[in-house]
Amino acid sequence: MNEQYMNAAPLLQINDLCKRYPGMGSYMSVFHMNLTIPRGRIIGLLGPNGCGKTTLIKMINGLLAPTSGTVYINGMFPGAQSKRVISYLPERTYLDNGMKVRQMVDYFGDFYEDFSKEKAYSMLESLGISPEARLKTLSKGTKEKVQLILVMSRNAELYILDEPIAGVDPAARDYILRTIITNYNPNSTIILSTHLISDIENVLDDVIFMKNGSLMLYTSVDAIRDQQNKSVDAYFREVYAC
Amino acid sequence: MAWELNSDRPIYAQILEKLQVRIVCGTYKPGEWLPSVRDLAAEASVNPNTMQRAFTELERSGLVITQRNMGRVVTQDVQLIEAAKHRMAVTQMNSFFENMRQLGYSDGEIISLVNQTANTADNTNT
Repeated sequence: MNEQYMNAAPLLQINDLCKRYPGMGSYMSVFHMNLTIPRGRIIGLLGPNGCGKTTLIKMINGLLAPTSGTVYINGMFPGAQSKRVISYLPERTYLDNGMKVRQMVDYFGDFYEDFSKEKAYSMLESLGISPEARLKTLSKGTKEKVQLILVMSRNAELYILDEPIAGVDPAARDYILRTIITNYNPNSTIILSTHLISDIENVLDDVIFMKNGSLMLYTSVDAIRDQQNKSVDAYFREVYAC
Repeated sequence: MAWELNSDRPIYAQILEKLQVRIVCGTYKPGEWLPSVRDLAAEASVNPNTMQRAFTELERSGLVITQRNMGRVVTQDVQLIEAAKHRMAVTQMNSFFENMRQLGYSDGEIISLVNQTANTADNTNT
């Protein structure tokens, strides 16, 4: 297929990554993380609130500078080049409320060369969202759907979705997961952070468990079920029992 | 509609069983093409890599044969399918007997209960 990938650097490589926010004393939000992420996987980034998931994601996207350590995407530091290959759904919405859905689609189409308007309109139609609606007239959940559609309509190499399904109803959740499955492509990887583990664990290849900024476990879903005889959701509740 | 899957066992193993049932009961007939990995993954709402793994196991057992670059067909070896069917029946019987013994039934009691149930079922069916 794409020969250039055969011997290339891993899609995402994280070496000894640390992040300390100013004013937090010696507390490290991300603490000596090492991680190598290959292509063709759907990976859940899991962990309790405040364990460093979003901080990690922001460093991968170049929105936060690491205190120490490195992030490589296709062997490159985060920057303009990496943003071409990463499609990122932030935890908070950043869309312009005054714009219409159609204008947002055009905007993304202008901005990203790998954006498919056709894909976006077909998903909008499936979820019954009018392209002529202004964003401010949409509910919180519908806005999240629009944002996720925009992110998933890119033909990216790495999708990073920070809490993509938390705000949407169960039926739309199923649709979104189906969209992720049918858009799956062996050259790209999806990393998604969420607390709704039972909803998504059938869709995941691997899970990453984080705790206090550190990597606790990086393994496959079926390995957990094999070894623990329980679902990832049940295992998570056990590992992080309060 | 997503397939009904238990949460405590590997997903690929459960998918493998469901595909075997479809072959054994003739949903997928001998010599017939199977749906693509992607389509079945979407139908089951599981990861395509997981579906792929189940297919690999099916190929290893010989129930499914991969035609290079074209897809997969169900074997035409009817005996192989019958043997798989028999293995699945034995597994079902073993777990049934195990559960009944746990309830305190002797094997003789279990068999007479089975006969009773079969007779009642016959009567309600006719």
